[in-house]
Amino acid sequence: MSAVITEHDDHHHEAPSPWSIKRWLSTTNHKDIGTLYLWFALLMFFVGGFMALIIRAELFQPGLNLVDPHFFNQMTAMHALVMIFGAVMPAFVGLANWMVPMMIGAPDMALPRLNNWSFWILPFAFTLLLLTLFLPGGAPAAGWTLYPPLSLQTGAAFPFLILSIHLLGISSILGAINIIATIFNLRAPGMSLMKMPLFVWTWLITAYLVIAVMPVLAGAITMLLTDKFFATSFFSATGGGDPVLYQHIFWFFGHPEVYILILPAFGIISTIIPTFARKPLFGYSSMVYATASIAFLSFIVWAHHMFTVGMPLAGQLFFMFSTMLIAVPTGVKVFNWVATMWRGAMTFETPMLFAIAFVVLFTIGGFSGVMLALAPADIQYHDSYFVVAHFHYVLVPGAVFAIIAGVYYWLPKWTGHMYDERLGKWHFWLSAIFVNVLFFPQHFVGLAGMPRRIPDYSLQFANFNAISTVGAFGYGIAQLIFLWLVIKCIRGGKPATQEVWEGSRGLEWTVPSPAPHHTFQTAPEVK
Amino acid sequence: MRPTIVKAAALLALLVGVSGPALAGWELNMPRGVTPVSHEVYHLHMLALGIVTAIGIGVFSAIIWSLIHHRKSRGVTPAKWHESMTAEIAWTIVPFIILIALALPAAYVMINMEDDSGAEMTVKVTGYQWLWHYEYVDDEVDFYSRLDTSRQAMLGEIPKPDDYLVGVDNPLVLPTDRKVRFHHTSGDVIHAWWVPEFAMKKDSIPGFINTNWAEVQEVGVYYGRCAELCGRGHAFMPITVKAIPGEAYDEWLELMQAGEDEAAEELVAGHFNDEDYQVVENR
Repeated sequence: MSAVITEHDDHHHEAPSPWSIKRWLSTTNHKDIGTLYLWFALLMFFVGGFMALIIRAELFQPGLNLVDPHFFNQMTAMHALVMIFGAVMPAFVGLANWMVPMMIGAPDMALPRLNNWSFWILPFAFTLLLLTLFLPGGAPAAGWTLYPPLSLQTGAAFPFLILSIHLLGISSILGAINIIATIFNLRAPGMSLMKMPLFVWTWLITAYLVIAVMPVLAGAITMLLTDKFFATSFFSATGGGDPVLYQHIFWFFGHPEVYILILPAFGIISTIIPTFARKPLFGYSSMVYATASIAFLSFIVWAHHMFTVGMPLAGQLFFMFSTMLIAVPTGVKVFNWVATMWRGAMTFETPMLFAIAFVVLFTIGGFSGVMLALAPADIQYHDSYFVVAHFHYVLVPGAVFAIIAGVYYWLPKWTGHMYDERLGKWHFWLSAIFVNVLFFPQHFVGLAGMPRRIPDYSLQFANFNAISTVGAFGYGIAQLIFLWLVIKCIRGGKPATQEVWEGSRGLEWTVPSPAPHHTFQTAPEVK
Repeated sequence: MRPTIVKAAALLALLVGVSGPALAGWELNMPRGVTPVSHEVYHLHMLALGIVTAIGIGVFSAIIWSLIHHRKSRGVTPAKWHESMTAEIAWTIVPFIILIALALPAAYVMINMEDDSGAEMTVKVTGYQWLWHYEYVDDEVDFYSRLDTSRQAMLGEIPKPDDYLVGVDNPLVLPTDRKVRFHHTSGDVIHAWWVPEFAMKKDSIPGFINTNWAEVQEVGVYYGRCAELCGRGHAFMPITVKAIPGEAYDEWLELMQAGEDEAAEELVAGHFNDEDYQVVENR
């Protein structure tokens, strides 16, 4: 085991110049790679956000106002692919790269060269994917779920899309293997599993989910590829196949994927709330068990995305009951966060504000999730804007708010400067208000009968869609404050102390701010 | 600060105001619908909404209370406790019991929704990119149903009609108070036939046949849409169903079988004032 550490061949003690391209291309340093992941995720967040604004601009009023319906469909598919695989997942991997070694007292990730490769696959994958916008027939336009037979009508973009998703899968799997290897091999002496910070725990479980399901996605899209180019008919009834088979395989990946996008967020929130409540996390071990239960349940609920495909009654009842069960461990988590805040001594710096907003707004997304679990009611909700509102509540004020909270929380440790608290508060309040203006009205139009993924709609949906678009532009513009704040914080600011926050606990706060290029070259002792 | 808020409000009002002749555009909830199943689904929806709202009020009140009282600026010292087996067990068991209270009625509705036995007639619905085909299976009547909105209206060259993107050339005609079985399939990609007033949504899958049913209890015009992304024209294949009394339906069917389409259309039109496009009235 120690061989893994000593083989580390990077003997520099000072970080090379940030302006050297070679540093970033060849780096094996977990902090550098974490930074690359985070900047890449931020770039993709703005690319995907721009696509979302095209969607919302078209939907501002009834009528075909801005773009062709086919281009609109390209935007809905690409927005989802870019946000899921380009923004949220890389952001979590970036945070894991920076923080997991520092939280467990490790000098670096266990597999530093693999780490470099995991990251550098991403720009190639997204170049392929985004290039499809300029190919004949345009980008993929069958939704991120790529249901056949529609996805098989994709033009020249199709092989680019499949290869790109394969690359993304390889990148995620390698990243996940690295995180598991790091956590199991490089913990400081005395740090037993049940002493690990919750962010490390949630990422450990997430990494297993990634390894379990990304190959399933790879299988599904490879079958699509052979159906399109090599005359197989896995998903075509004319050759004895079944389009619904694809949906089963896809969602066997897709549902655990949803938890890949949220479990690390749970870890971040479980780190931030105790800091600013100045009180230890309530129910640490139940938080660990709840995370593990959610991960297990995620494998037996997939067909709740498919209540309208014509499953047998027994199948529908099974998936309804198993899905409802997820509410139990998720509820435990929310109750534990509230109990952590209860009788604490709270202050409300920007990370805490985003964390509190996460607890409230994620819970709203959880409520609509319970409603969606009820199969007969889902017959009405399915593929309507109610679903769009639901998953955006858990992904935007859920996953994205948690990532932003984590960035504010650790930014002083990364840069050595405090961020501008006033700008942070502006960013928070604008985001929190506009995200609700954006997504809450979508519940109403969905219940009233508006399907998702449509570029034009009948007149009775006009008012709420106009409001939603106003919210989207407000939310989008507010994120520019964040970009400005991060750049400002890197360039300078009030020097950060080692602890940064009054209530901070954990090994990452025992190293100076900014964290030196190499930390914990001698493992700390954990009592 | 104040003028900014006023300006923002004015801007919002303007933006909403200019979004055209938005009628009845403030609908918040699922329609109650006009079939026994749609009523059951509506009640299940309201039950679930009520339960999550109650839990939400409880949890959010606790958070707000805590935010007000447990803040450092009030000079409080943080409590030291950080676990309680009793609390953990309580908030595992209680939600579980609440979920059972939701699951039982849901299972009951689900079983009823899937029971298409005793249907008096069958309609086969086939989805195509981007129109519907209806076939009255035992009665040798079939026709296509297409969007009846002009491209000029979509592009804003002429004002948008009230039935913008909901009207079709040949609506599906159904009798009231008869159990109708539907078969769903597709000629190309997957579509989904969704009429909210019937709580009916089923995927149309090429090569396979799905089944569901409806018993419409009120004469009326009901609108729906394709719910599964099916390509460029996904938003442009709406559904219109006209439900008329059983005897009138029988008469309509005879006219259709005799090829007297225009007389059949007039007969249906006699039950409605075609000038009134009122989505909300059907709720």
